[in-house]
Amino acid sequence: MITCGIDIGSVTAKGVIMDENNLLATTIQFTGYNAGTAGETVLQKLLGQAGLKREQIVALIATGYGRNSVDFADKTLSEIICHGAGAHFAIPTARTVIDIGGQDSKVILLSDAGQVLNFVMNDKCAAGTGRFLEVMARALETDLDGFGQLSLKGSTPAAISSTCTVFAESEVISLVAKGESRENIIAGIHRSIAARTVAMANRVGLIPDIVMTGGVSRNIGVIQALEKLLNLPVTVPENAQLTGAIGAALLAQRAPNVA
Amino acid sequence: MKKHKTSGKPAYYMESVPKMKKIMRNYYLKAKYARYLGKKVAWITSGGPVEPLIAMGIIPVYPENHGAMIGVSHTGVELCEVAEGMGYSGDLCSYARADIGASETGGGPIGGLPKPDMLICCNNICGTVLKWYEIQARKFQVPLFILDTPFVHTEFTKEAKTYVDRQVKDYIRFLETAMKKKFPYDKMNVVGKRSVEAMRLWQQVLNTATAKPAPFTAFDAFFHLALIVTLRGTKTVLRYYRFLLDELNQRVEKGIGMVENEQYRFLWDNLPIWHRMRWLSRAFAARNAALVADTYTSAWCGTVDNIDENDFLGSMGEAYTRIYLNIGVDQMAEKVLNMIDKYDVDGLVMHSNRSCKPYSFGQYDIQRIVQRERGLPVLILESDMVDARKFSEGQVETRIDAFMEMVGQK
Repeated sequence: MITCGIDIGSVTAKGVIMDENNLLATTIQFTGYNAGTAGETVLQKLLGQAGLKREQIVALIATGYGRNSVDFADKTLSEIICHGAGAHFAIPTARTVIDIGGQDSKVILLSDAGQVLNFVMNDKCAAGTGRFLEVMARALETDLDGFGQLSLKGSTPAAISSTCTVFAESEVISLVAKGESRENIIAGIHRSIAARTVAMANRVGLIPDIVMTGGVSRNIGVIQALEKLLNLPVTVPENAQLTGAIGAALLAQRAPNVA
Repeated sequence: MKKHKTSGKPAYYMESVPKMKKIMRNYYLKAKYARYLGKKVAWITSGGPVEPLIAMGIIPVYPENHGAMIGVSHTGVELCEVAEGMGYSGDLCSYARADIGASETGGGPIGGLPKPDMLICCNNICGTVLKWYEIQARKFQVPLFILDTPFVHTEFTKEAKTYVDRQVKDYIRFLETAMKKKFPYDKMNVVGKRSVEAMRLWQQVLNTATAKPAPFTAFDAFFHLALIVTLRGTKTVLRYYRFLLDELNQRVEKGIGMVENEQYRFLWDNLPIWHRMRWLSRAFAARNAALVADTYTSAWCGTVDNIDENDFLGSMGEAYTRIYLNIGVDQMAEKVLNMIDKYDVDGLVMHSNRSCKPYSFGQYDIQRIVQRERGLPVLILESDMVDARKFSEGQVETRIDAFMEMVGQK
């Protein structure tokens, strides 16, 4: 059965077309200001890539913050259940999913069968999210791709104590003024994100295996900081950024009557 | 929309609502014009002992009830900002900030509360009220009485009882001095009995939501609550709650639920998010979910069994000390578990309220206990009862969706 999952996040819009367990097409683009248009573009790109017609898609599920703007979706689901399903598909032993996206971070606890048992989200604050990293990257004149690599060169992570993005940015600026190395500052930023995430994970009751999904999983610095604090390995599946969209496409297969 | 079979009104319509609005309007009018009626006004905390005031003929006014009205009328942010401009921290309780802001500017839905002649503060609900009432006592230059209720970590001790009972005597002396007249003990007996009866009626009102479908939800209880808070001990309250109970019983008999297609039943914890009442009640109703009960409104009848109606003054110290917010987390969890069983709910919705520290502290422990003992899903919504700046619609909506998906999986 051919299904589609579209995940409209605050920063990027992701989509996949799947036939059972096979990925036929994938795409990632910026969401921009119009989530509805982003959803439409994602679908067109996917159809072109897979060489399929809209009618051939049996069911389409939208997820993510912009899910309700995808008016052509057969159904919408929260990104929590989709990330759970996607992570379980990629790593069947996954019991804890750490998802750090553009504007929020969450920790999801799964059953053996991949059902969501519990979840916790960051409070109304951007600290510990992808947006936080973006702001920090700008303050340190680097890009997100360089961020992970640079932090690995840091020998002593600088102390970043603020839990607020705005205050943390000024904290970073004063560290720069004090002559702290960029590598150590970035390592410190990753450590502070990891510490916030671990606190959330402990709240929900962490069970291995731990899997990380979402855009921030591309940042090796955050992964390593998390592993260090948790003292456990953190696995990043292939296509980690697409996990929510994959989960949506899989859940669409389970509920074909949605169409 | 489902209609009443007889009256043709929509299912959410209740005759009690306009009645209640009228009573509250009259109450506030009387309070605002107290001076012209030759009456004195006391400001009192929401968990404070109001009965002696009623017996003395003093009009009680509640900054917290006013705070709720400010929240509902969406004037909370501007009044909080006034207080913040005066130097109060944004982390201070938004009822306190809204009250301080309103008493400074005369803003809010009713143009501020009438000036108090005295202040009655009971710290059974939190510690913030102490400083808040001290500030207002200084501002208005009026006497302040503080009833200090020791926290009940595990049990209510003999020493605690002696301590609060002595203060009840001080309270009576305070009122006699302020009013320059003897305390009417015979009237107090009548008021005490009425108060106990009102609490029992309120409990019966809440009990009706054990029916499936529930004839009203916690969102309605938040509204009908105002009388048991403000005017218990008066005849008005008894008349009103008898009427409300009757109407609810009729709804139960006819099988009229407040939520059309009630499929899921939840328990609410903490104060309402006053500025989002309609949005939230619609959000849950649209997902066929009814919040059938809550820990908040039941706090006003939770200790009725500790009161001896034939010796109200002698037993009220204990009753006011053992309220929901003044007991340990284990006892709170016990009450939550009892309510889960009683109302047969499918999950717990907790409002982690930035303003109300005593209510929100311990919620994660209660969540854990509920999950362990009953295996029910728990939703935590972070917000604030009055300060709308602490609410994020997208986040809350995602959490509700994910929670409903979890409940649906079961």
